[in-house]
Amino acid sequence: MDIFLTYLKVFAVGGLVCLIGQILINKTQMSSARILVLYMLVGVVLEVTGAFEYMKQFAGSGVTIPIMGFGSNLAKGALEGVKEKGFMGAISGGMSAVAAGLTTAITCGFIFGLISRSRSKKI
Amino acid sequence: MIDRIEYQDYVTKTQPKSPMVRTLFAAFIVGGLICCIGEAIGDIIKVIFKEMSDKDVATWESCVMIFLGSFFTALGLYDKLGHYAGGGSIIPITGFANSVVSPAMEYNREGVFFGICAKMFVIAGPIIVFGVVASFLVGFIGYFVV
Repeated sequence: MDIFLTYLKVFAVGGLVCLIGQILINKTQMSSARILVLYMLVGVVLEVTGAFEYMKQFAGSGVTIPIMGFGSNLAKGALEGVKEKGFMGAISGGMSAVAAGLTTAITCGFIFGLISRSRSKKI
Repeated sequence: MIDRIEYQDYVTKTQPKSPMVRTLFAAFIVGGLICCIGEAIGDIIKVIFKEMSDKDVATWESCVMIFLGSFFTALGLYDKLGHYAGGGSIIPITGFANSVVSPAMEYNREGVFFGICAKMFVIAGPIIVFGVVASFLVGFIGYFVV
């Protein structure tokens, strides 16, 4: 029962985050790049203000799987880097926190780009 | 002749309405489900690798989700989902993977250098640039505040 409640929270919060994005898309006709940038910056702000930690405890993947998690990782990495290595950490911290995700995305993009051709857009 | 206000009324009456309720519903369901899949992957990793720290589990979780997003994009399924779900498929990290892989596939006939490698960042580029600059600013300000 406990696990059911956890998944319900993840579903509700994750769905709500995407729903707000869809409202933005419907109302303002924003392109997907702008939506992603906006959400990532929201993640950075939430992490800096400390709100993201509470949201993560409440909803787990519901807030880390949306691109807000990417922004929060960047900000968190930068702040941790400052604590550990001083000014150099401010420069290197953010990227090293998201290095695994970026490497996966770029490698997958390269490999799948080589082996798979885009199908004609029949929807 | 009709004047401008009448014409505006006519346009708003006849233009295709974006089906607000249906798109919101689809975005909610699909976005929630993708987040649940992510949570499930995290739980499975926790069961298999018991001694792994929470931070590593989260990193693995997003890596697996990015891989899955790229994989289903390569199969052509993710774009179909995106047509139906809109924001529900864009905002999760799988949508970021889709935005990298989709242009790479689209432009691979233009060659490896200026096709795949350059066009890969058409949508992901702004995200990475904004993210890196924002993280530097956060670190820079944090250095002087702390």
